[in-house]
Amino acid sequence: MADSTPPLSVSQLKDVRIVEFTNNRILDEANIAEIGQTLATLIEERSGVKLCLDFAAVDHLSSAALGMLINANNKIRESNGQLRLTNIKPQILEVFKITRLDKLFKIFPTRAEALASFNP
Amino acid sequence: MPVADRERAPESGNPIGNWFSSGSRMDVGGSKRRKGSGSEPSRRKSVVAPSRGAAPRKPSRSADGEALKLAFTFPSDYAKAHTVQKQILDAAEKRGFGGESFFALRIALEEGLVNAIKHGNRLDREKLVRVAAKVTRARAEITVEDEGAGFERHTVPDPTANQNLHRCSGRGILLIEAYMSEVKWDHGGRRLRMVRENRG
Repeated sequence: MADSTPPLSVSQLKDVRIVEFTNNRILDEANIAEIGQTLATLIEERSGVKLCLDFAAVDHLSSAALGMLINANNKIRESNGQLRLTNIKPQILEVFKITRLDKLFKIFPTRAEALASFNP
Repeated sequence: MPVADRERAPESGNPIGNWFSSGSRMDVGGSKRRKGSGSEPSRRKSVVAPSRGAAPRKPSRSADGEALKLAFTFPSDYAKAHTVQKQILDAAEKRGFGGESFFALRIALEEGLVNAIKHGNRLDREKLVRVAAKVTRARAEITVEDEGAGFERHTVPDPTANQNLHRCSGRGILLIEAYMSEVKWDHGGRRLRMVRENRG
């Protein structure tokens, strides 16, 4: 069921856009589409964008959500940007490992480590 | 063979062969549009009881008092699928599913239902999805059947291959097979049977 709360919270720390998921489940098609659109807008703002996705609130996601993240990753690569994922709970991280997407995305245990990993 | 007959006939080696006839059957909306529709195939009418707008019936229990059995028929609609998913997960929770097993069941149900609606029935609301679930403290057995063209499992590309990692789709089946204890596609790929042992 659609929720009126925006599915993402976006803040800025120096030159990094920090994006936090506000829903614990990234499942609903409309919800995923909205997240994808927000990420696309952030990526298209300028080339070379630095995005840090914080999964601290996320308890569940689907293959459709993974597809949305891959799409964002592809867009960022095309625009010479950088994407980091952080604070992924063990059960969710297992999904990334099963799909081998832990090889595609740059994943860090903590936000501090993720922020420190961005190239200047 | 008409669908109703097929569902009633227990199949060899099929742990959930006659769920649709033995369990509680729920029409999760959508049957109203079929009422009086002369163009509808008669087999649909034989499967879906006319909706009286009543709340879903209470899940039935098997003779041993342990199993919760549920059955649903609904049009290709994500909102209705989420209702079905929630009722099955509630049944699993009542039977002690938690932690890793509950997570596994939830992800496999999500992927199975989305597959049936999106890739099987191609979002055609005239096509139905049938779901049956039998949940005990030891395991959850689920079937999801669509009315699409079906598919051959071996033709689905491996999403973990290096050349496919950047593809945005094609991971649902992988997740179902990774998280469920047993998975079988039959009826030309239109019916998914999956079992998850409850390991807490």
